[in-house]
Amino acid sequence: AESLLQQEALAEPASRLQGLRDRDPLTRFDTEVRPPVRLVPERCQRLRCRDDVATPQVDSGLPTAEEAYNFFTFNFDPEPLEEAAEQKKERRFVEDRGVEEEEEEGGGGGEEEAQVEDGGEGESGSEEEDKEEDGELFIDETAQDFLEVKKAEYLGYHSRVQRESEVLFTPSLRTVPTSCKVPENMQPRYLEEEGLYVGERPPVSLANQNILENRILQQDEKWFGDDGRVLALTDPIKQSSTRPPLFNLEEDLDPALQTVYRKALKTRHASRYVAGLGETAGRCQLDVDVSGLIFSHHPLFSREHVLGVRLVQLYDQHLNRQHRNITGLLTDKVVHAFLLVLLLTCLLCLANRNTRRLRDVEQEKDRTLLKSTLKVWKEMKALREFQRFTNTAYKLHLRKQEVNQSRDEQDFEEEIQMELVELQGELEEEYQRKISQYRQQLEEWKAWRKKQVDLLTGADDEDEDEQEEKDLGSEPPKPEPPERQELSLLEQQVREKAARIRRKPGEPILVPEVTLSEQLTYKPFYFFPPFSDVARRSLFVKVLYNDKEVSRTDRRPLGADFRVHFGQIFNLKIANWPESVRLQVFEASGSSSALLAEVFVPLPESTVLTGSAPPQELEFSSSQRVTFNHEGVGSDVPFSFEADGSNKLTLLTSGKLSCCVSWAVGENDIPLAPPTSQTPGGIHGALRQTDAIACIGASGLSDMKRLSKWAAESRLDPNDPSNVVLMQLLTVASSGEVQVPDYFRLEQLQEEFNFVTDEELQKSRRFRLLTLRSQEVVEFRNYKNVPAVEREVSEKVFQDYEKRLRDGEVVDTKEHLDPHRAVVAKYLKKIRESVMNRFLIAKHHFLLSDLVQEDEVPSIGVLGLNIFKLAEPKRPLKPRRKERKKVTAQNLADGNIKLLVNIIRAYDIPVRKPHPSKPAVASKSARSFTEAFVAAQSSQSALHGNDWPLNQVQVRPFVEVTFQRSVRQTTTADGPNPCWNEELELPFSAPNGDYSTSSLQSVKDEVFINIFDEMTFDITEDDRERGSTVHTRIEKHWLGSVKIPFSTIYLQSRIDGTFKVQSPPVLLGYSKERSLAGEGGYDSVLSLSEGSFVTLFITIQPQLIPGESVREKFDSQEDERLLHAAEAFQRDAALRFPGRPCLTTVIDISGKAVFITRYVRPLSPPQELLDAFPNSPQEATELVARYVSLIPSLPDSVSFTSICDLWSTSDQFLALLAGDEEEHAVLLCCYFLAMGKKAWLIIGTAIPEGPTAYVLTYEQGRYLIWDPGRGQYYGQYDTFCPLQSVGCLINADNVWFNTQVYDAPMRMGFDVSRSKLWKPFFSRAFPNPGLSSVQPEELVYRRVDKVAAAELQDRIEKVLKEKIMEWRPRHPTRWNRYCTSTLRHFLPKLEQSRGRDVGDEHRLELQSMLGDYRISGFPLNVPFSELQPIVEAVYSTGVHNVEVSNVEFALAVYVHPYASNVLSVWVYLASLVRTR
Amino acid sequence: YAMATNNPSVFLVMINGQIEGANFPEYDDLYCKYCFVYGNDWAPTSGLEEGISQIACRGQGTQPALVWNFPLEITFKSTNPFGWPQIAVSVYGPDTFGNDVVRGYGAVHVPLTPGKHVRTVPMFVPESTSRLQKFTSWLMGRRPEFTDPKVVAQGEGREVTRVRSQGTVTISFNIVTKDMKKLGYDATPSEALSAAEARTPSLAHPL
Repeated sequence: AESLLQQEALAEPASRLQGLRDRDPLTRFDTEVRPPVRLVPERCQRLRCRDDVATPQVDSGLPTAEEAYNFFTFNFDPEPLEEAAEQKKERRFVEDRGVEEEEEEGGGGGEEEAQVEDGGEGESGSEEEDKEEDGELFIDETAQDFLEVKKAEYLGYHSRVQRESEVLFTPSLRTVPTSCKVPENMQPRYLEEEGLYVGERPPVSLANQNILENRILQQDEKWFGDDGRVLALTDPIKQSSTRPPLFNLEEDLDPALQTVYRKALKTRHASRYVAGLGETAGRCQLDVDVSGLIFSHHPLFSREHVLGVRLVQLYDQHLNRQHRNITGLLTDKVVHAFLLVLLLTCLLCLANRNTRRLRDVEQEKDRTLLKSTLKVWKEMKALREFQRFTNTAYKLHLRKQEVNQSRDEQDFEEEIQMELVELQGELEEEYQRKISQYRQQLEEWKAWRKKQVDLLTGADDEDEDEQEEKDLGSEPPKPEPPERQELSLLEQQVREKAARIRRKPGEPILVPEVTLSEQLTYKPFYFFPPFSDVARRSLFVKVLYNDKEVSRTDRRPLGADFRVHFGQIFNLKIANWPESVRLQVFEASGSSSALLAEVFVPLPESTVLTGSAPPQELEFSSSQRVTFNHEGVGSDVPFSFEADGSNKLTLLTSGKLSCCVSWAVGENDIPLAPPTSQTPGGIHGALRQTDAIACIGASGLSDMKRLSKWAAESRLDPNDPSNVVLMQLLTVASSGEVQVPDYFRLEQLQEEFNFVTDEELQKSRRFRLLTLRSQEVVEFRNYKNVPAVEREVSEKVFQDYEKRLRDGEVVDTKEHLDPHRAVVAKYLKKIRESVMNRFLIAKHHFLLSDLVQEDEVPSIGVLGLNIFKLAEPKRPLKPRRKERKKVTAQNLADGNIKLLVNIIRAYDIPVRKPHPSKPAVASKSARSFTEAFVAAQSSQSALHGNDWPLNQVQVRPFVEVTFQRSVRQTTTADGPNPCWNEELELPFSAPNGDYSTSSLQSVKDEVFINIFDEMTFDITEDDRERGSTVHTRIEKHWLGSVKIPFSTIYLQSRIDGTFKVQSPPVLLGYSKERSLAGEGGYDSVLSLSEGSFVTLFITIQPQLIPGESVREKFDSQEDERLLHAAEAFQRDAALRFPGRPCLTTVIDISGKAVFITRYVRPLSPPQELLDAFPNSPQEATELVARYVSLIPSLPDSVSFTSICDLWSTSDQFLALLAGDEEEHAVLLCCYFLAMGKKAWLIIGTAIPEGPTAYVLTYEQGRYLIWDPGRGQYYGQYDTFCPLQSVGCLINADNVWFNTQVYDAPMRMGFDVSRSKLWKPFFSRAFPNPGLSSVQPEELVYRRVDKVAAAELQDRIEKVLKEKIMEWRPRHPTRWNRYCTSTLRHFLPKLEQSRGRDVGDEHRLELQSMLGDYRISGFPLNVPFSELQPIVEAVYSTGVHNVEVSNVEFALAVYVHPYASNVLSVWVYLASLVRTR
Repeated sequence: YAMATNNPSVFLVMINGQIEGANFPEYDDLYCKYCFVYGNDWAPTSGLEEGISQIACRGQGTQPALVWNFPLEITFKSTNPFGWPQIAVSVYGPDTFGNDVVRGYGAVHVPLTPGKHVRTVPMFVPESTSRLQKFTSWLMGRRPEFTDPKVVAQGEGREVTRVRSQGTVTISFNIVTKDMKKLGYDATPSEALSAAEARTPSLAHPL
């Protein structure tokens, strides 16, 4: 075979050579980029060749006429001829060139040849053909000539194969000769033949293997082993499948997964048979030899028997002891040790003492045994005498061994002396120890004594005396010196002991001997019941193999000595594995038989063979109770030897069965045992499996040395996996002791799989980033694009987060300008965080409605309405806004959300004042409440009528909406009541691009709707141009603004209504123009309230679904009954009036539900507010309302993401200095109650806040509605009251729900006593249990801190000035100090009058001072919370936008402090333009 | 630029393929919508993230399946395989009254390994909460729908829903990845690896 392979190896290069040759022409012509230069000479050659063909015809002479005619007319059959000619030419040309193409053409067939040509030299060939056809065009113009007929391009199979063979390598299927695979000059080495284990390779088909080998050979890589085969690991596939164990580490495992123990059931037929049944059937044989039976107790025993048996037992014990000779051994040991002790007198004495003690114990046992033996014998003799017969053959002989008296005595003495010496030594030791102890104690005692004496002598103080006395009390007892034990006493003790346990000297050694030689005297009482019974009884033994009876012995009578001899051997030929061999002893009397006892015989090892096996004595006993009325003692029955019946004994039937189970030995001494290599079932099998040695079939090789020897002899292959255990054992054994580790490892491979240590993992910035993001930490909640590699994660990412963690406790006063507020801010932040965390958890609980949209089952009413809807006109005359489809916030992105602001119209815009104007004396009339609800005549109405030139524009207002620093504005309209009706669209982007509900809710941005007046100034400098050019400057002057927080819009989804414009109390250059003559009655309604109004519609496009409140049941300390009632009340209210808000329980700041009336309690306002206007209760009331409104408002929806409305008590509110409308309302209501007013809390809806709380008071027969956030009040019938609907009224005693048809304040009655209109919560059926208030009894106010206020004032001014300069980067900002100081002067006055009715006064003042300037400006008043809102407010007025070059600015700040750090901030801002 | 290619900071996954068709044994005239759902670290660089197909009618005779052959083509860049894109498909069609109702939702991960893959996505619809609701929703033509078709690509909160299986949609993907291995993510399938290795010797063979 090898030669064959070699041949092939030789043959292969030849074919390759051919391939090389074949390739040559192809590559030359087939390459796409063919050098054209080469082509030209070739074609020339060809043309020349053609000439060669043609010339012979010419040369042969002139053609005949026919020939000539034919030449011109005959239609040559062009194709074949041409082809043939061409071929000929080609061939010749080829031959000329002498290329080896010959061979190829010879090899291929005719047809193929042409194709090859076509393919191989196709291009040049066809070109030539074209040429020829061109020539023939003149010869014959047939259709064929115009059509180019070409063969279909087809590449012959062979040529394709050939071409492919040049680029592709196809490994051969043939077997590779081994010589190629082995390094040169080497013979393949077969490890298998050398007897080494190589393992089984995974199966690979021979063809594949050959291909692989051929390929590897080509690649020239070292992939072959010594045996010339490809290197391969053994087959990794396990032969048997395994199942990983199911650990139930946790106790509460799913009951379905709980494992239930079922005893392993063996299949009946499988694996119970001995292996290779066919051969070994009947060859396995178990011999069971049942030789006999002895009863140690039998019910039929007489008393004498009992004694006899006991005697025998004692004798056996004696024999046994003698056999072991413990006493002698120990005696020797003692003697030897004593000698050693004498020699060494050292530490060994302790050991010796132990030995001596042991010997003494043994000696004592010996003696007692002897004594008891004698005693039993005596008893027996007495019994025999008493019953006057003997029915047992036991007899005790005592053999005396004479001893040498003197020597014995000597020994005895020696022994005693020895012990004495030892004891003495021991005692001496003890004594020494005690002495030293005593001395020490004595020293101590002495020292103490001495000290005491000293003290006693030197003490004068009573104190010390007292101490002495104390000390005396704890006097240590004087130690007593230990006594030495008397030697004589010791000796006496030793001698006593010796006498007790040792044979006396000279006493003969008694050796008992029990024989069965006693003459039995079966007296006339032979038929005495026990004996007759004994004779009647017989016994037999059943042999059970694997719980099946296989045979039984013959019946044998019970002998008088209660022994039965069977002497039968049963040969069991077995086919099943032995599991158990059992012998059952049956006792039969007459025809009936009873099971007496059952004996399990251990299964023999396979090495235990018949003949060599020793007989076994197996004890058995039975707990059967047998009683007789005759001499027999029975079984399990108490009886006594004593006459008085004491010392009762209870004996059970018991005995010994002697038998022997072993494997039979067949012919030729072959043991008929089953082969051990086959693991038998049962416990043995399990044990054997764990035993490495038994595993390999070398049972019984427990000796390590023999084992290793055996291993060496049997040439175990160390590579064989089945020997691994053994080899390991051997190496361990040879190296030292076999040690089983006393621990086990969990996840022992874990460390190997840890690709990085935990510390490093913690250090990893990327890992940290990912962790924080998954924990939804605020800064990283929606972090996008975590960098792919560690190095790209910069430390900066964590800066904010770490700063927040660090600053958690540190209060930064710089940002807040006020330490107290900074603390409050931190506190709020903490609350917010905790609420946020709760919210985040709640967010992960989903309801069906969160995931699935499903229509409600329509009720009949709805169905009816729907039917009516069908009849509705498609284009109604008064269209209503339809509800739009809501969009979940999650699939939104930047630019998707827009804020739509529809500015419809405005009323009562302030109008310009002519400049300069005459001072107008405004009558500062005292306003009264009555003015608010009666259409009063305006006191100012006719004031300015004369001043205003009719032809001039009053005001040109436009609206500018600012949101998130993007600005849109309307066109400019004319007049104080403009109408724009324009829609402005503002983009909205969420913080960090996070459009989740929680993020949107916490957007703090506000929409500023500012009304400006557009003023144009003609600044054409050259009068000559006036005709042709217009050069004007446009200035815008702020007139007022409306602020609407985004969160309100988001939660309300739309805001629609007329809002009061927050305009400054003084607008320089403007005045409120109202009630001009001829405006009609409508105007009088408007003038009910001061100020301007703007009608707006705001919404978000697309409509967003506001987040839902946390579905969490808040725990409460309220009474369960009250909570139930509250729930029922609310449910009922929601059912009857779905839209109407009804509140009974609210959540306090610690997250507990509290009944709402507990919040209302009279609380007195700061005293200075009451003192300010002692004579005018109305002024005082307004001042209190103003005080409350100056506490900054912070909507819960912003701070707590609207998940819940938290109600803080008034003291908490004042401490936090921030709160929602309801906190303001509660505080105001409490104040009013304290001031003796009738006041209620209104829960209702208002614009723009939405659900909110207002305060209702009843004064002088009228109801007043107070807006606690703004400190303003409205009459019940005020059109511009922001309160839109009233849900319920609350006071300290009760809650009333509005059950009227209408809920607008104007259209309803507020008399809560009318049960038709109001439904009370507490009624006669459920009276108020007297709920205590959660409010404190009294509010403690901090004193007014004027110093801090002044400081704050300076800081705000500084910051604002810096900001304004910052906003005007391209222009210098000049400050007019003169004006500033004047303005600063005004501000306290403004605060005093609460911004009312001072405008004219100080305008005059200003004008007189700054006559040369055109001045425009206004004071702003804001409650102080933080600096940022003030800056925002200033920015939104746009004062800084004046771009006239000679503009100057004036800025004054005033902070007015109230009690408890409530601050009113005034900012007066003005721009001055010099008019000259 | 060479530096950037040697040390890429993102890897790219280019997906093109098509929603081949669907097998809804009971319904006809169906169209489908698809959108990709992906994690925070993923961003589409080009291609359409969502689309809506034409209405397909069932073929006559032996062809029971609907065919859309609606092409998908999108490229993602990412820094992290977490949040690997999934395609969420929802199928709609008219009910007996002509109302458009949803016929199935389904989602499947874009295959991780380069190459051609065909995925058959089982589809399901949410069930009505009660018999009565089922009846009214059938009558009104307003079957229960998921609030967002992307719900089917997320695991959170699904325990509150009950769904019914409807049919299957077959999508074929051709995946090309770039720089994944450079960033340490080896998603090459083992057979592709072995095929590549098996190919190399023959190419390296010196002829």
